[in-house]
Amino acid sequence: MNHSYQLNYLEQLEAESIHIFREVAGQFEKPALLFSGGKDSITLVHLARKAFAPGKIPFPLVHIDTGHNFPEALNFRDNLVAELDATLVVRKVEDTIRQRHLTEPKGKFPSRNWLQTYTLLDTIEEFGFDCCIGGARRDEEKARAKERIFSVRDEFGQWNPKLQRPELWSIYNGRIHKGENVRVFPISNWTELDIWNYIRKENIPLPSIYFAHERQVIEHEGQLVAISDYVQPDETDVVLTKKVRYRTVGDMTCTAAVESQAATLEEVINEIVATRISERGETRIDDKVTEAAMEDRKKNGYF
Amino acid sequence: MDLLRFITAGSVDDGKSTLIGRLLYDSKNILIDQLEALEKSTKNRTDGSVDLALLTDGLRAEREQGITIDVAYRYFSTPKRKFIIADAPGHVQYTRNMITGASNASLIIILIDARQGVVEQTRRHSIIASLLRIKHVVVAVNKMDLVDFSQDVFNNIVIDYNHVAERLGLKNITYIPMSALDGDNIVDKSARIPWFSGKPLLEYLEEVQIDQDVNLTDPRFQVQVVIRPQTEALHDYRGYAGKVISGVYKKGDKVTVLPQGIQTSITSVETGGEEVAEVFAPQSAVLQLADDIDISRGDTIVKTDNQPRVNNELEVLLCWMDDKPLISGNKYLLQHNSRLVRAMIRQVDYKIDVNTLEHQPVEGQVKLNEVVKAVIKTAVPVVYDPYDVFSEYGSAILVDETSNSTVAAVLIQN
Repeated sequence: MNHSYQLNYLEQLEAESIHIFREVAGQFEKPALLFSGGKDSITLVHLARKAFAPGKIPFPLVHIDTGHNFPEALNFRDNLVAELDATLVVRKVEDTIRQRHLTEPKGKFPSRNWLQTYTLLDTIEEFGFDCCIGGARRDEEKARAKERIFSVRDEFGQWNPKLQRPELWSIYNGRIHKGENVRVFPISNWTELDIWNYIRKENIPLPSIYFAHERQVIEHEGQLVAISDYVQPDETDVVLTKKVRYRTVGDMTCTAAVESQAATLEEVINEIVATRISERGETRIDDKVTEAAMEDRKKNGYF
Repeated sequence: MDLLRFITAGSVDDGKSTLIGRLLYDSKNILIDQLEALEKSTKNRTDGSVDLALLTDGLRAEREQGITIDVAYRYFSTPKRKFIIADAPGHVQYTRNMITGASNASLIIILIDARQGVVEQTRRHSIIASLLRIKHVVVAVNKMDLVDFSQDVFNNIVIDYNHVAERLGLKNITYIPMSALDGDNIVDKSARIPWFSGKPLLEYLEEVQIDQDVNLTDPRFQVQVVIRPQTEALHDYRGYAGKVISGVYKKGDKVTVLPQGIQTSITSVETGGEEVAEVFAPQSAVLQLADDIDISRGDTIVKTDNQPRVNNELEVLLCWMDDKPLISGNKYLLQHNSRLVRAMIRQVDYKIDVNTLEHQPVEGQVKLNEVVKAVIKTAVPVVYDPYDVFSEYGSAILVDETSNSTVAAVLIQN
C-alpha cells in the first residue's frame, strides 16, 4: 500500500470538522454560525468555507455583540464577511439590556459575558435558528470536556449534563422538538495549539491584536487589562505601557493581555508551546470565580 | 505526527483517573493554573495530597461523589503523536457511556488492580472491546506497589487474561505492570520493576502502529449534502459532499450509486474547493459525476467492482442505551451515518450477558445497558457492510422518534 495515504493529525481534525459542518447543513433547517471575531471562530469560518466550496457558506454568521469589542476584531469581522459574501447578523447585548430592563453589570471590569445568553436566546427565537454552531473546544475547560459535539438544549437553552445523548462513532443525532435547539461544536477535539498550527498551515489571517503591540494597560491581580472606553484606571492604578498580545479575544473588559515580543505567527506558537499556563487561566478574568463556573453558565444557556 | 484515539476502562478504584492524570502530568500536559485549581479543590478533601484523579472529573456531581458519570475527552500530545483519551466510567450502570467512548477508539487500556486480578468488570470491558472490534488492547496491571512488584502476581494475571482474550478473539494485547499513583512504567521505565523488559505505557502509545487501521481497499462514500452554487460561473456545478469512509477515489473511477444501483463515473474529486488527484479515507471530499442522477443525502457511491450489501432486513446486535425499554414491534429511526430510515424491531433472539458472554433468553423487555441479538426490518434498503468485516460501515444508531433520543447502538451482523 502506498504510504502516502495517510493524514497527519491536523488533516484528520480538519476532515472531522468538515464532516460535522456538513451534517449540520444536512440535518437542520436554519443553522447559524456564532462568530465572535476570535481565532477559534475565524478557524470555524475557514472550515465552513472549505466544507461547502465552491458554494457559499449556507448559513449566516451571528455576532452576539456585547458592545465591549476590540475595534480591531470588529474591522476584521466586517472585512471577512465582505470577502465571503456571507450574511452577518449582529444583535447587541446593550439593546437586550434596555428592552428587558436588565441590570447592567457594575464594577471596574463590567463583564456582559453572562448577559450574552439573553441576547443569544432572543436571537435564536427571532430567526428561528434550530442549530447554533460554536467554536468551543473540549480542552478549554472541565465542563466542556464532557459536552457532546451535538449538544441538545431545551427551550430555555439549558444544557443538562446528565441527559446527554450517547454520541457514537461519527453519527450525530440532531433531531429535536420544536423550540429546542442544538449547539454544535465542530472543533471540539482541537486544542489551542492545534488551532494555532492549523492557522499557520492554512495561512489564515487574524486580527492584529493577536500579535505583539504596544498598549496602555493596568495590572489587576497579576493580569494585564487594556485601558479602553470600557475600562478606566482609578487612582490606585499604575498605567503602564507594555508590549502585549492577546491569546484569546473576548470582551475588552474581561480579556487579559499577555506580555509578549511575538510579532509573527511562528513566534506566537513558540511562546504558546513554552507557556505553562492555560489559555483560560491566563486570559479570562471571569472564569476563576468558582470551580464550576462554566458548568453553571452552560446549564443556563451559555455557548 | 498522527493521531491516536484511545479509551481507558476501569473504575476509580482501579486508579483509572489517576492513570490519566499521571499521563498528563508526567508528559507535562498539565499547566500551572490547572494544577493550582487542583490543589485548591484538594484542600477541601481530608487527606491533603494532590489527587490527580480530580483532573478528569469535570462535573460537580462527579467531584462530590468521587465517581465518573460521563465520558470526558482529554487531549495531550508528545513530539511523536497527538492523543485523544475517552475517559469512560467503568461500572455496569455506565455501560452505555463506555460503549460511546469505545466507538471511536482504536485502542483500549483495560486496568486491572494487581491485588484483585481479572474480575467481572475486566471481563465486561473486554467483551465490549471485542464487540466493538477495538484493534489494540493494553492490559495495565496497576497498583504493583501494593503487591511488592511481584513478577509472579503479574505473570498469573497475564495467564488469566490470556484465557479471556482468547475466548473473545481479542488480538494485539500488550501487558504492562505499573503503579499509576507513583508513576512506575507510565512515562519512564520503572526501576522498581526491573524484571519487566517491555516499554512503559507512554512509549508504547507513541509507537503502536495504527496506520494499517484505516481501510483503503473497499471504497465507501456516503453523500452528506449536495453542493449546487447556482452562480453564473458555476451554473451547472453539482458536487456530492461527504466523507470517504474507506478506500480511495479518483477521476475516471467507474462507480455505482446505491441503493438506486445506477452506474456512472467520477469526473472530478475535490477537497476544499480544489480539484485533487485522489481522495482517500478518512478525508472529507466532494465528488462530481458524469451523469445527472437523482442523488440525495444518505446515498452511497461505491466502486462498481466492490459493492457492499443492500438489504432491508438486518441481523444486528443492539446495545440498549435508553431508560425506556425496547418495545418489540415499536418503530424507530435507523441512522446509518447520514442515512435515516424507518425501522421496526421484528424479533429479539437472545440477550448477551456482558459479564460472561453467555446467550440468555430474553424475559420481558430489553432494558438499559443490555446487549441483544435482534432482527430489524427497514422501510427502504440499507447499504452496509457487516460490522465485523468493516466497523465504519456496519455501525448505526436507533432513534426514538417520539423522544428523539438515541436509544441504541447498532452493530450490523449479517
